[in-house]
Amino acid sequence: MIEINNIYKTFNPGTVNEKLALDGVSLTLNDGDFCTVIGGNGAGKSTMLNALAGVWPVDSGSVVIDGVNVTSLSEHKRAKYIGRVFQDPMTGTVADMEIVENLALAARRGKRRGLSWGVKKEEKEKYREMLTELDLGLEDRMTSKVGLLSGGQRQAITLLMATIQKPKLLLLDEHTAALDPKTAAKVLELSDKIIEENNLTALMVTHNMKDAITHGNRLIMMSDGKIILDISGEEKKQLTVDQLLQKFEQVSGSKMDNDRMLLSKD
Amino acid sequence: MLEFLQSLPSPIAQGMIWGIMAIGVYITFKILDLADLTVDGSIALGGAVLVVLTTVYQVNIWVAMAIAFAAGCIAGLITGILHTKFGIPAILAGILTQLALYSINLAIMEGKANITISWRNYDLIVSSKTSGLGITILVCGIFVAVIIALLYWFFGTELGHSIRATGCNQAMARANGINTDSRKILGLVISNGIVALSGGLLAQFSGSADVNMGRGAIVIGLAAVIIGEVIFGKLFKNFALRLLASVIGGVIYYIVISIVLKLGLPANYLKLLSAVVVALFLAIPYWKSIIQAKNVKNSGGKSKND
Repeated sequence: MIEINNIYKTFNPGTVNEKLALDGVSLTLNDGDFCTVIGGNGAGKSTMLNALAGVWPVDSGSVVIDGVNVTSLSEHKRAKYIGRVFQDPMTGTVADMEIVENLALAARRGKRRGLSWGVKKEEKEKYREMLTELDLGLEDRMTSKVGLLSGGQRQAITLLMATIQKPKLLLLDEHTAALDPKTAAKVLELSDKIIEENNLTALMVTHNMKDAITHGNRLIMMSDGKIILDISGEEKKQLTVDQLLQKFEQVSGSKMDNDRMLLSKD
Repeated sequence: MLEFLQSLPSPIAQGMIWGIMAIGVYITFKILDLADLTVDGSIALGGAVLVVLTTVYQVNIWVAMAIAFAAGCIAGLITGILHTKFGIPAILAGILTQLALYSINLAIMEGKANITISWRNYDLIVSSKTSGLGITILVCGIFVAVIIALLYWFFGTELGHSIRATGCNQAMARANGINTDSRKILGLVISNGIVALSGGLLAQFSGSADVNMGRGAIVIGLAAVIIGEVIFGKLFKNFALRLLASVIGGVIYYIVISIVLKLGLPANYLKLLSAVVVALFLAIPYWKSIIQAKNVKNSGGKSKND
């Protein structure tokens, strides 16, 4: 279970650029919850994910993962519990290293790294199987540098890396936004599959309302650093894009301002 | 011509010693993606420690080399701490350590700016005596081989992988549980240890430790790395070969220098020449990319791959 308790975060305090990015965010995710996150520009979606990942310390509030309070843990220590896929396909992998080396780096997330080989023989077989399952032909290019791959291939590998060791929480931060629609659909399908097969607890930020509705068992909407909507169960299954827009206007008292979201309505 | 060939062993030996130093620079500059200016100080530190230990304290030369290596590691540790724990940009952190090392090196050499060490009085590992140049080159070759083999192994381990990841993509490294601060410190420690080791060899080869012997060392190290990369970049893909390319780059650099000196360039202008060479080689990839971008525009946005 993931508990986010009353988190506050202000960027650039005391300057003209001061911005209250998270305004008392609280959220409890049950094991196996796959929760999509939508919201307007600057609503705090990515900020919330970064707060969970520990990219910077929060001003107040706490993050508890399976009973462990990780609020004061640095980003790399918290990584033990959290798998992440980023918006930019370049961010999740090491371009100068081979596909297998990247997977091996991720397989050691949260473990001590010593002086034994960075990639062991028996690992390679396991990785070959995993790559074969991706069905992108990458199993024949295991020793290629990741920098030679396309954005979609890199995101697929990042997904594998984030889940190669079952994380207690998977954070997907608009991980298909930089891909072309066809590749995006494929990566999204893969995300679904991995989350379902491993029964992962996941948060997925997306600007595509339709995706937010069709994926996962729960949907939250953010505005001005707050969670303003939390829909799950039957209600989410029945939800339509228009209803969602209506709800947004009801709750926030303003029109949706996320151009990308409005453009990707259908 | 014959005279030139006969004079070659000396720049080759010197180039190999600087090539070892270039391996250290390769670790910070290419693997960690940091410009570490500590090396100017740590090369002189290595020389000072070695010469003082052997001449003043009569320490065995191999033990003195090991201690010189350790001293370099400490210099790297200081820069690493200044950079990661004090939040000082890497370049400035290196400059601060380098500056501090000037005083420390003087203190180690008991206030003298120069202490000689002669192969006539001491059993040196390398020297510039003409009859021993062959052995010096052989010994340097063994040093190069051992250092490259050790680094090849190390950067293939889990720990080595995590350092490479840190240098290439810090966000990814942290997201995968790698403590990027400690990896940067470790890289700087190893790098400066190797640089100090080459300083110890250099002091023996040149017959003295000098508090100024490291001035501009970073530029020579970069020159070796870049020359090696430009010449062998397409050919050498393997990590060990890439390190070797840096060593060969150092040898080429010293052969070119010795030619230029023979052609009559006053020695005073050497540092100017080095700076110009490094600036040009650093600029070449940038200019190439601009020309390529222009070609794409001229062909109406169509690249070769279309």
